[in-house]
Amino acid sequence: MMINIITIMQKYSVFSLARNALSGHRNWPQAWRSPPLKDSYDVVVIGAGGHGLATAYYLAKEFGITNVAVLERGWPGGGNIARNTVTIRSNYMRDESIPFYVKSVAMYEGLTDDLNFNMMHSKRTMVDVVQTWPKLRELRRRQLTMDIYGSTYEQITTEEVRKRIPALTGGGPDARLPVICGMVHTDAGVNRHDAVAWGYARAADARGVEIHQQTAVQSLLRGADGKIEGVETNRGVVKAAKVVVAVSGHTTTLTETAGLKLPLRTMNLTAFVSEPVKPLVDVIVNCPDSGFYFSQSDKGEMVIGGAPDMGQSFRRDIKQHVFEDTVAAMLSLFPSFKKLKLMRQWGGHLDIAHDASPIMDQTDVPGLFVTAGWWGGYKAIPAGGLTLAHLVAKGAPHPLMAPFTLSRFRHLDFVMEAGTTTAR
Amino acid sequence: MAQSNRRAAGGRIDRNQPLRFTFNGNSYEGFEGDTLASALLANGVRVTARSFKYHRPRGIMGHGPEEPATLVELDGEDASGNRPATTVPLREGLNARSVNCWPSPEFDLGGVNQLFARFIPAGFYYKTFKWPNWHLFEPSIRMAAGLAAAPFKPPSKGHFEARYAHAEVLIAGAGPAGLKAALDAARAGKRVFLADEGTEAGGSLLNRNLTISGRPAMDWVADAVAELHGMQNVTHLQNATVWAYREHNLLIVNERAPEQGSILERSWRVRAAEVVLATGATERAMVFGGNDRPGVMLASSVQAYVNRWAVNVGTRVALFTNNNSAYAVAADLAAAGIIVTAILDSREHIPKEALDLVPGLPVHPATVAAGMFGHKRVRAVLAAPLSGGASKWIKCDVLAHSGGWNPTVHLWSQSRSTLQFDEDLAAFVPDQAVQPCRAVGAAAGDLTLDRIIDGGEDSAYGIEPLWRVDVPGQRGKAFLDIQNDVTVSDVHLALREGYDNVEHVKRYTTGGMGIDQGKTGNINIIGTVALQKGLPLQEVGTTTFRSPYTPVSFGAIGGLREGWGLFPYRHTPVTQWNKDNGAVMYEAGARWRRPGYFPKSGEGLQDAVSRECRAVREGVSVYDGSPLGTFELKGRDVPRFLDFIYSNIMSNLKPGEGRYGLMLSEDGLILDDGVAFRLDEHRWLISTSTGHADAVNQHMEKLLQTEFPDWQVMITTVTSQWNNATICGPKAREVMQALDTDIDLSPQSFPFMSFREGAVAGLPARVVRVSFTGELSFEINVAPRHMAELWDKVMEAGAPFEILPVGSESSHVLRVEKGFLSLGHEVDGTVDAYDLGMGWVMSKKKSDYLGKRSIELRRSGGGKRHELVGILPVDPNQKIPEGAPLTPGGRKEATEGLVTACVWSVVNDHWVGLALLENGHARQGETAHVRLKKNVIPVTVTKPVFHDPEGKLLRS
Amino acid sequence: MLLIPCPFCGKRNESEFIYGGPVGADRPDPNAATDQEWVEYLTVMPNPLGPVQENWWHARGCGDWFTIWRDTRTHDIVEAPDGTK
Repeated sequence: MMINIITIMQKYSVFSLARNALSGHRNWPQAWRSPPLKDSYDVVVIGAGGHGLATAYYLAKEFGITNVAVLERGWPGGGNIARNTVTIRSNYMRDESIPFYVKSVAMYEGLTDDLNFNMMHSKRTMVDVVQTWPKLRELRRRQLTMDIYGSTYEQITTEEVRKRIPALTGGGPDARLPVICGMVHTDAGVNRHDAVAWGYARAADARGVEIHQQTAVQSLLRGADGKIEGVETNRGVVKAAKVVVAVSGHTTTLTETAGLKLPLRTMNLTAFVSEPVKPLVDVIVNCPDSGFYFSQSDKGEMVIGGAPDMGQSFRRDIKQHVFEDTVAAMLSLFPSFKKLKLMRQWGGHLDIAHDASPIMDQTDVPGLFVTAGWWGGYKAIPAGGLTLAHLVAKGAPHPLMAPFTLSRFRHLDFVMEAGTTTAR
Repeated sequence: MAQSNRRAAGGRIDRNQPLRFTFNGNSYEGFEGDTLASALLANGVRVTARSFKYHRPRGIMGHGPEEPATLVELDGEDASGNRPATTVPLREGLNARSVNCWPSPEFDLGGVNQLFARFIPAGFYYKTFKWPNWHLFEPSIRMAAGLAAAPFKPPSKGHFEARYAHAEVLIAGAGPAGLKAALDAARAGKRVFLADEGTEAGGSLLNRNLTISGRPAMDWVADAVAELHGMQNVTHLQNATVWAYREHNLLIVNERAPEQGSILERSWRVRAAEVVLATGATERAMVFGGNDRPGVMLASSVQAYVNRWAVNVGTRVALFTNNNSAYAVAADLAAAGIIVTAILDSREHIPKEALDLVPGLPVHPATVAAGMFGHKRVRAVLAAPLSGGASKWIKCDVLAHSGGWNPTVHLWSQSRSTLQFDEDLAAFVPDQAVQPCRAVGAAAGDLTLDRIIDGGEDSAYGIEPLWRVDVPGQRGKAFLDIQNDVTVSDVHLALREGYDNVEHVKRYTTGGMGIDQGKTGNINIIGTVALQKGLPLQEVGTTTFRSPYTPVSFGAIGGLREGWGLFPYRHTPVTQWNKDNGAVMYEAGARWRRPGYFPKSGEGLQDAVSRECRAVREGVSVYDGSPLGTFELKGRDVPRFLDFIYSNIMSNLKPGEGRYGLMLSEDGLILDDGVAFRLDEHRWLISTSTGHADAVNQHMEKLLQTEFPDWQVMITTVTSQWNNATICGPKAREVMQALDTDIDLSPQSFPFMSFREGAVAGLPARVVRVSFTGELSFEINVAPRHMAELWDKVMEAGAPFEILPVGSESSHVLRVEKGFLSLGHEVDGTVDAYDLGMGWVMSKKKSDYLGKRSIELRRSGGGKRHELVGILPVDPNQKIPEGAPLTPGGRKEATEGLVTACVWSVVNDHWVGLALLENGHARQGETAHVRLKKNVIPVTVTKPVFHDPEGKLLRS
Repeated sequence: MLLIPCPFCGKRNESEFIYGGPVGADRPDPNAATDQEWVEYLTVMPNPLGPVQENWWHARGCGDWFTIWRDTRTHDIVEAPDGTK
């Protein structure tokens, strides 16, 4: 049965494109189906964002669990995956984190082939522009630990930094914060966020997973035994013995309906893009001491991220003073950007855990799983989806995600990666 | 040829001020009052751009910020890219060129893309360029994208500035509705802030020939502006775009080229009690085959060029409309002597009041444009009756089209206020306001002047929407987004493939994602989706409106505060002395800069640091310790407060005594370390690390004000009230004596960790015996006004002892030798006091203090602990990089520790280090292994102290 | 940028203030609370889709610590819900 479905998925290639061009592109099939909503599934995934779709895909692909529904309040790929800066990297500090992100980066690099959808993955390197000695010490620490896990990080001189980033004309010896050196993370890259969402949706659908748009989960349903039983939606009750909550920002809104308390707060993270200009910067530029990072998209826009607003918020707002600080910091290092224009800016809300590290686990409600606390979770989508699917399917955490379970809070054993970088 | 299309008279241009300019290398002339677009049209320039994807020739289509087609780059002083030609005021010497074409829009090599158009539909790149990999294709795609050239240098002169303003009423837009709102509010005495994006007030009235109570409407505008200018309570800005509507009625205004010469742009942050959005309406395009050809223009723009800029954009104009507004255009054209060859109207029944405007002109009801003839300039339009009769070509050199009007709701929507689809107007209009805000005039759906101004004369709107032309025999691509080359068939393809949410359509096709943010076309995309899905437009909904309304330069947003303005630094009275004496200055936290070291000429870092260390260990040194955070606490309850925030007991200190302590967070993490001194019964002095002073202040104030409001504790930050010179080293006491002090310096009467007040070198001083180096130290605190004098006297008195000023590098070495804690090194959010071998600082007697319960809880979990140890490289000359991991046996596997510091120890003649090592306290004497990329360094695990382990010297 | 009503100075721009986090549960007696109660007190904060009580410090003003109720959906500063301070 599954094999049949796979053959129905039309292979995308330059040949299929040419063939369809001749028929006026009238024969392209739907990227995913719109099946009727059933009464019950083996697994319900709430949220068709990156993590939800990836979890559903790997449940089907790796664990043969295909009776899965992804329920989405809005549209697939409309979560934070639609509002991020597509930075994919593995330059973390701790043993808990590095191998997880190394895995995720590797999976991203193979995703175009795996999903037969061009992710436009561009492994274009991240260059950290270092302006203080304590930051350099921290990055060197990362470098030496990352090497154990095969992630690359090398120090380069200021001259080399300026050669790789010609637009970096600020931060000279007399500047307030002079550039003292750079760190190069060659594993870092960017890709197309919509392609990731659509690629996972299409491939999951081809394996039998159902994606239901405009299906808002209003509450979680527990049985008399306390176990999860299903969800209540705007389209009625859907039963499932396993429910995955993958709704960044709104995790607690949902888990509270099951009487669960989680150490999460919701806040805003904003980003902005410039007008499109001809190629100027071909690496991801990260300036942790100045508090911003950017890369130039294939469309020519500078995609820029800065600091989060720590206040709780479900309103995707821009804090003008925080935004102005980020821009001023950017202009300090890139004075020619004064003439560049802001084209669009946006905010997204995400939930952040008490120790600012992600949470992936089965909760105290049997059968209820959460993936939350992602702050910069875009880069974690493949590994997050795979390891959560492993947990859902096997009932035991995948070794790579073991550090991120809820049990760490039981003895306040935090995973302290917070505040250690700017690029998210 | 010069200005061949310029009318002989009329228009709001100054014919006495001719301006020469260059466009794509050709020279032209225009007049003051022109935009680049109007001047190009006056000169008969038709092909002004090439499109983004297919490189089709394009002309000027609009007359304001909605312009989707012609983007230019400017050279010279005001260099910038991606500017709609319609928003560039003409000036003498302006040098502009089209973006995205080479060598010119007339002959563009990229035009070859047109031949492949059928192979590059929406989303094609998701399906292709995968083999062998994306990297092969990416560089050429990047080169092709991007429109204008990237800026490579900042403005060569001039600067940006920012201002705050407070208004009782902020009005966005100085068209008829905005001016009226401004007059009403100003006459009522309110503080009014009126901002308009155009060069002059009037809005749509600038472009139209309307009357108010029988007088020309522009006379009314002139009267209104004059009255407003006469009132003190009004701020009226032109060239000022309200581009962002933030929370709590904060609006951001970008004012370009304000009157002062050197200011390039000014950013206004306006907090308004009430906001009135009089942002007008934008004409939307008709969607039909060939609707992007040069010469196909918005009807209102054709009208604006004739009336405002006195430019006949064509000699034979055809119109295509679905509403009455184009009839007024036709009337103006006819009055200007332009031949109107046809008015195609998709409506079957055309209101009489529209027909009355165009007596004698050929009106074709129930007829649509279904194609354009002409490649680089329009020559004819294919008129197709909706009834299905025969189509016919009608000659024209301009097609003026009106698909209706969209209230400009960008700001409204940015404020999070809601929209609803108005069936009568066939447009999204403001619905519920969620901030103190209202929309007026065309922005609120009042699209004709008679509904805005008493006495305003205008014909009714009368729209019957037509989202796209759909007749048999339609010719050519029908564009929904001109800038991003998105066609109707692209949207159909997206829908066919299941990308059926309007956000999906936008992202899959890139429709509406250009610089114009789809001002003329987004609604047609929504309409096309609605038609295809059989849904009402309300249900399809709009995509999110995001700031900015129009692009804003980053210079205007942050250009005032870059560098030193953003991050001012703090300096002490001896900063200049340090610099004059060759100090290499370091960032020291909390915006302080401190000397790192004082190299002699030709001396490297290590030699200088070793020399400074030797002076401290063997002679005497001085450093400026002023940046250390210092707080004076006063009140009856200070003792119990300190006992709560420090892990050890402070309350039993006697006046004049001090003690080292740790502050923990409630999580049991280390917040700071420092010393507390009791000055007298109710006055205490505490010091914090430099970088954490602000955090500690916040922490203490929060506790006192939110948790213990009844406790009598008053905190004063005195970091900058007391500066200090710290004399340090075996000869420190001798230097102190040479300085002449009335304080008894003997160890018996002035022991370690005590405090004395007196005179030093004739200056009132507080002297403290603390030590961050392990040597005898006297910290002499004086008022800032005495600091420079004290410093000079210390150097003078110390000269016979060869006193050396020392920096933070040697301080680091000395504290490592002593195993003293440095928060930035040994504390990374995972270790506690026990791990650091400082269990003695964790009071057993107190039943409660901050962090106590959490540390007990954490340690009860039995997790692995990383404990502070000393490390000695087996090879004494082997340096170890700070941050290096320790792994079991030096193997490539998960770490068991971390080198937090490693320094060359002059006294040991050996590299010595500190490390956090799993179970480290029990491993003293063992060999551990530092794993580097290329080698493994064996180290001996020791106690974390390499100098004077008994602490005799600092107590001496 | 919020406009925050400082009880002492009146309405001021958010840039004058430092955010002090949401008001959590009262501190339990550390010697009586169970481990779970203690962890919950430390790590679980109110995260409502609606009004939340939060601490602000007028650091670049009068120095007052105070609380406001702010709606996380709209950022409107609202009156304290009934029954709270």
